[in-house]
Amino acid sequence: MKNKTQNRHIYWNPYFGGFLLGILIIFTFYITGRGLGASGAMKSSVVTIVDDVSHEHAEKSAYYSKFISGDKSPMNNWIVFETLGVLIGAFISGSISGRIGWRVQHSPKITRRRRLIFAFGGGILFGIGAQIARGCTSGAALSGMAVLSTGGFITMLAIFGTAYLFAYFFRKNWI
Amino acid sequence: MGPLIPYDIIPFEWSSIIAIIIGLCFGFILEASGFSSSRKLAGVFYGYDFAVFKVFFTAAIVSLIGLLYMDYLGHIDISMLYIHPTYLWGAIIGGAIMGIGFIAGGFCPGTSLSAVAIGKIDAIINVLGIMVGVFIFSELYPLFEPIYNGYFYGNITLEDSLGINPYWFVFILTIVAIIMFAVTDMIRKRVKKVFY
Repeated sequence: MKNKTQNRHIYWNPYFGGFLLGILIIFTFYITGRGLGASGAMKSSVVTIVDDVSHEHAEKSAYYSKFISGDKSPMNNWIVFETLGVLIGAFISGSISGRIGWRVQHSPKITRRRRLIFAFGGGILFGIGAQIARGCTSGAALSGMAVLSTGGFITMLAIFGTAYLFAYFFRKNWI
Repeated sequence: MGPLIPYDIIPFEWSSIIAIIIGLCFGFILEASGFSSSRKLAGVFYGYDFAVFKVFFTAAIVSLIGLLYMDYLGHIDISMLYIHPTYLWGAIIGGAIMGIGFIAGGFCPGTSLSAVAIGKIDAIINVLGIMVGVFIFSELYPLFEPIYNGYFYGNITLEDSLGINPYWFVFILTIVAIIMFAVTDMIRKRVKKVFY
């Protein structure tokens, strides 16, 4: 049992993973002229849901209406296809290493319920922040840094800086 | 000469297929590097696992050096690339909110998706949270609009804002990163091990 649990944690060497990720970013810029992203697909999903529930409301809103264009669905978008790929790719990697399974991962010191509440709350904050900064860790920070974007560097420093500042208050959840 | 799709070397119709292939590689790399585990991700903030830091900065440096080289050798026109725009306070405030979200939820959107793919329930909840966050932002958009659209400096790079030579900057950043990698290894040895 112990051996099996340990085996599940055999991941790539971080420098190897980082090197391949860097090559992938170069390739993405070379082909498409822009970088990777992740939160964009969630925005497209929200816009689609709101548009389906109340088209009028989406049309009237100053924010949703930016992403609705006539007959084209907001889901018909580069980032949504990329995200489908992310799900498939992660599933393949997880299958190869036997990491697939329904579970909630949390520190033994906290309950499953507490972990899920914090996961949800953290998600809400991340969703709001990613809209204000026009991108998340992938789209703004990583892809921005690759082309020396000032905004990308500032976003990266703000994310990691604040997370370090607040790490103390959340320590019970992790260590 | 790249980028290929903006220059119509690859027809636009292919972009969806290319998007899926690129996403597939992205998801595979994230998952295989262990980013589908929130406890591994959070390790960077408590010093017991620096994988996030190493992967993130290795990727940034490799892509910076690679893009500069490809521009220098004439394979890619760097001026055609999309530069993430700089909205000063949007980046700072948005980044700060994301930072708190990161340490509370343990995921960022990309890593969360890779964890959803292997069935992590906390990640599914996290993605739902992100969508609720986007919804809240959109509904309260008039409130956020001044920081969202304000303090706009254009699609500037560090070369414009600091007047720094990009080649020297990347060189110095690489040296700093290598030193930081060594420092993180030393920190990790001193910090109590956390098994997850």
